[in-house]
Amino acid sequence: MTATYAELDRLMGLMTGDEKHGPSATSTLDVIWVLYDQVLNVTPQTVDDPARDRFVVSKGHGPMAFYAVLAAKGFIDEDQLPGFGSYGSRLGHHPDRLLIPGVEFSSGSLGHGLPASVGIAHGLRAQRRDARVICLVGDAEYDEGSNSEAVVYAGRAGLGNLTAVVIDNQSSSHGWVGGIGRRFAAEEWLTHDIDGRDHEAIATAFRSTSPDRPTAVIAHVEPKG
Amino acid sequence: MTAQAQQADPKRPEPGSPEPGEAGSVPDLRTQFAATTNELIESDPRIAVVLAEISADRFAGAARRHPDRVINVGIREQLMVSMAGGLALAGMRPIAHSFGAFVIERAWEQVKLDLDHQDVGAILVGSYGSYDWPAGGRTHQAPGDVALIDTLSDWVVHVPGHPAELDAQLRSAAASTSRVYVRIGGEPNPEAFPTEKDAWTVLRRGTAGTVVAVGPMLRNVLRAVAGLDVTLLYAPTVRPFDVDTLRSTLDAPRVVMVEPYLAGTSAAQVARVLADRDHRQLGLGVIDPDPHRYGTPGDHDRLHGLDSRGLRRRISEFLTP
Repeated sequence: MTATYAELDRLMGLMTGDEKHGPSATSTLDVIWVLYDQVLNVTPQTVDDPARDRFVVSKGHGPMAFYAVLAAKGFIDEDQLPGFGSYGSRLGHHPDRLLIPGVEFSSGSLGHGLPASVGIAHGLRAQRRDARVICLVGDAEYDEGSNSEAVVYAGRAGLGNLTAVVIDNQSSSHGWVGGIGRRFAAEEWLTHDIDGRDHEAIATAFRSTSPDRPTAVIAHVEPKG
Repeated sequence: MTAQAQQADPKRPEPGSPEPGEAGSVPDLRTQFAATTNELIESDPRIAVVLAEISADRFAGAARRHPDRVINVGIREQLMVSMAGGLALAGMRPIAHSFGAFVIERAWEQVKLDLDHQDVGAILVGSYGSYDWPAGGRTHQAPGDVALIDTLSDWVVHVPGHPAELDAQLRSAAASTSRVYVRIGGEPNPEAFPTEKDAWTVLRRGTAGTVVAVGPMLRNVLRAVAGLDVTLLYAPTVRPFDVDTLRSTLDAPRVVMVEPYLAGTSAAQVARVLADRDHRQLGLGVIDPDPHRYGTPGDHDRLHGLDSRGLRRRISEFLTP
């Protein structure tokens, strides 16, 4: 049973109790939707297939949009959503890969997903698998220095199967001079600055990769209120 | 205090400092680690080695042959451990290595979250033990590593006292999917005691109490208990804790653990094993994690009472209070 983009607001409402959601709760929604709808080679039937694409949500905070898309695409049952955060629920305020089929990485503490994704990308390349790794981070999450370690190294290693997508809602207290994309470009990543609400632009950016360089998609959304 | 400032680049490998055991006939543990791991890289395509500059020169040839499986990330320990987690998630068997201070303590949250919390396996290999290089000071010492690992679940902790033990432990760890910490440090013992299924070796039996020597502590413990009426057990693996051997050989319910890391690290294990018996225990090991002293490993053995004379005095006092 799959749902459409128009139903995501209702699915999120099952978790939040609200019928309408502001930009902050939905900053990741369009990117995650387009990834599962058009980009990622993974389905509820292939969550354990070694050849599947991996989507690593490093910014685990505010996972309602992620869960709504997983429900819309059949990875989790819609009837699990109302229990969000309760003792018997698989769905916490940060996702746990041991509890939710299709969640690749348990996150919450910031700055872990991108370095781990570098390891996944290397592991896939060592096994000569064509699968790609796409890691979602927040612009404030990039404050954590561990991200810099990953960006520098991944650029040198030429990990063409790795894509980082930064949801940029300008929530980093000190910001990024000249834009956060510069941090990636300086390490020879291919970078795309796009409107994080424009589905066509999102899909195009994720398809525009290079075989020997990692890709960074900077998805600009409304500034955090 | 300006002692720290005199060392311009504290994370570079020390120039001109001898490797532990270099002068003896038994090869040192770090050399054995490199030899065994290089063999494993060639024989098992699942093995992936992640380094953060330390020991990278010992894997240069393998890195050229297997660039996606032998990876030096530069001086980036957080990345090294996170990548080990990612490699395991992708189906590889990662080995990450640095000095214990950097692989466990500097990258601690990565150990906790990117391995343990993800429930994936890896082999972490920490060298320099508690004070293999005392002249390097506190920054290169990790007496708290095993105590930290004890805050997590389901880790195997090897503390080899001989290169042959290390070789067997690494091969066994490589063939498993467990979370394994291999603690390399100290002067190797003259003799190896390879064990099956990580069981402890019974070196002798006595009636006054049991002394457990962990890994490289055996050398000094053997001299310390000469002539004492004690059971002597040798433990090159401390997690899992060998309940069966300790209980089945226990005569007087008095247990002395001699460990090359923080004193009392295994006290909770002993208390658990003997919870149903009135007993006494003594935990010997590193008593001061930051003494602000340089010198030699022998100097620090004496500082912590881990030389044979200090051990004998404290073990004797404990057995006959």
